[in-house]
Amino acid sequence: MTATAQHPAAHDPDARGHFGRYGGRFVPEALIAALDELTEAYGSARADPEFTARLDGLLADYTGRPSPITEASRLAEHAGGARILLKREDLNHTGSHKINNVLGQALLTRRMGKPRVIAETGAGQHGVATATACALLGLECVVYMGEVDTQRQALNVARMKLLGAEVIPVTTGSRTLKDAINEALRDWVTNVDTTHYLLGTVAGPHPFPVMVRDFHRVIGLESRSQVLERHGRLPDAVTACVGGGSNAIGIFHPFLDDAGVRLVGFEAAGDGVESGRHAATLTAGAPGMLHGALSYLLQDADGQTVETHSISAGLDYPGVGPEHAFLKDTGRAEYRSITDAEAMEAFRLLSRTEGIIPAIESAHAVAGALRLGHELGEGAIMLVNLSGRGDKDVDTAARWFDVLASEELPELPEGEAQ
Amino acid sequence: MSSRLAALFDTCRAEQRAALIGYLPAGYPTVARSAELLAAMLDGGCDLVEIGVPYSDPVLDGPTIQAAADTALRAGMRLRDVFGVIESVAGTGGRAVVMTYWNPVHRYGTDAFARDLAAAGGLGLITPDLVPDEAQDWLAAAGDHDLDRIFLVAPSSTDVRIAATAAVTRGFLYATSTMGVTGARDAVSTAAPGLVRRCREHARDLPVGVGLGVRNGSQAAEVAAFADAVIVGSAFVTAADEGDAAVRALASDLAAGVRHPAGNRAADAAV
Repeated sequence: MTATAQHPAAHDPDARGHFGRYGGRFVPEALIAALDELTEAYGSARADPEFTARLDGLLADYTGRPSPITEASRLAEHAGGARILLKREDLNHTGSHKINNVLGQALLTRRMGKPRVIAETGAGQHGVATATACALLGLECVVYMGEVDTQRQALNVARMKLLGAEVIPVTTGSRTLKDAINEALRDWVTNVDTTHYLLGTVAGPHPFPVMVRDFHRVIGLESRSQVLERHGRLPDAVTACVGGGSNAIGIFHPFLDDAGVRLVGFEAAGDGVESGRHAATLTAGAPGMLHGALSYLLQDADGQTVETHSISAGLDYPGVGPEHAFLKDTGRAEYRSITDAEAMEAFRLLSRTEGIIPAIESAHAVAGALRLGHELGEGAIMLVNLSGRGDKDVDTAARWFDVLASEELPELPEGEAQ
Repeated sequence: MSSRLAALFDTCRAEQRAALIGYLPAGYPTVARSAELLAAMLDGGCDLVEIGVPYSDPVLDGPTIQAAADTALRAGMRLRDVFGVIESVAGTGGRAVVMTYWNPVHRYGTDAFARDLAAAGGLGLITPDLVPDEAQDWLAAAGDHDLDRIFLVAPSSTDVRIAATAAVTRGFLYATSTMGVTGARDAVSTAAPGLVRRCREHARDLPVGVGLGVRNGSQAAEVAAFADAVIVGSAFVTAADEGDAAVRALASDLAAGVRHPAGNRAADAAV
């Protein structure tokens, strides 16, 4: 299986990066030349067997692909009789799906001859993956991370530093992922000659949404043939969590032409969509521009981006990738939302029934599958993208479930209310 | 139709000087105060004011303007207040254009925004994150409401892009002098003269304004030697914290600078 050889051209955006009305480039003119350069470099790399062979080699020998599929039978007892197959992206090197895209873009950075990489991170997974790839390929690495997130994901900050990256806490705006992307864009405008912006999700200006998607398609390509081989048929539904949407698009995409396969993304409902404290962009947002693309957006009546809430730092984002907006409008994919409490209950169940502690992001996909199983009924097969592991979330979960005495826990970061 | 700013640039050409354009966000520090500060900028010698729309995610702005936008939004500034600020400037005969990130306009409705901007007496829009490639709706609305559309070019812009941008620009081309975000700098960029020269090759009759980094009269004089307009933003925001007198004094200093260009402007202009 090669990750990149099967061209997804049938579902490519137009030449300017539009998926239907969504996507495009809403960025300062100063960045257009760099985006053009990147589009061209990616276009030639994508068609270059040497590049794809190098990437496939790293995915196999470094990341540990293909990632296995685990049938979660004990968990499925809570899913109304439906079967649950977990795509184990949590077993990748660095602990999440993020490494797929990072290795692709880091190789591309070398190909473009740029010595410096910048990245944003929310939960820290993309930052850790980027720092890892930069260490592997000898690239300078700077990671922007909202100050709130550096506090709630302190272990990942330490990981990035151990890998040789510089971590810059972002103190503007809401001090979370959205503001980390703003700072990374400001850095990029200033240092674009020497620097590649290694964006970690399928948002942003063209070509990021199509390029990042392509690098994550390996998730869906592998699992489609794994499920076919083991079960002799395609799954009835594929579920994934959606923040920016990279793991979801990666597993959805190779199933787009399989009309019988339902694609269901689960966003973060935080305290509940009706509470106003959530990050359910596709559920409650309206079309708008953020970070360089037109997509759904959580915004007020004046077009100002609103602050979001999720217990999961990786889903705590007011935007979403433009291809998801397109898939929502065309009806090919459905998007629902999962509250903090539902996600944490799924986190507990998966840990207790299968011995797998998921990332809280991925727990949203598990919670969604548990609900969906009751709709699909006996014998249905659900493929669930377990996009990351929960090591980084142990502190948050320990507080949620009150499993440690309070003196055993680090002090609660400022601004965190649990 | 000709530019709403044609008379301004004709006057400047006749006086062999550059125009002075000053920026301040609407609603900074409050809606009422921003109108007074803009009046002080015009009184001190600005030929045109750029009224900024405070936005939650201003990716082309440095810390000074970001903080000002945050202050304005926290003070409760709403998008509709921008039109009131424009009216107050236009009501006293001042010239105003609006500088805005695109999402607030998109959300308001592009045609409705253009209509209300024109009705308030605004002359056009500067669009820092809208490139012509994505601007079909705006170009149509600008045509319908006779507004100038001021697009940005950067040192990284190719000649092809400069030509394409100039072809749909009306008013002036906004040349960002450095690769970077807004903010006062100690030295004027060395990239700016080359960029302005390339703009002129592709748009002989279109004025070129230079912004990003100018903060005093001598820097304004340097820029005035090769550009048709000198654009000052962050320095006015900083001066606004000290009050009307400081804003007026900065405008006067800059206005003197654009009237005494460093080097030989007449010879340069004849190229």
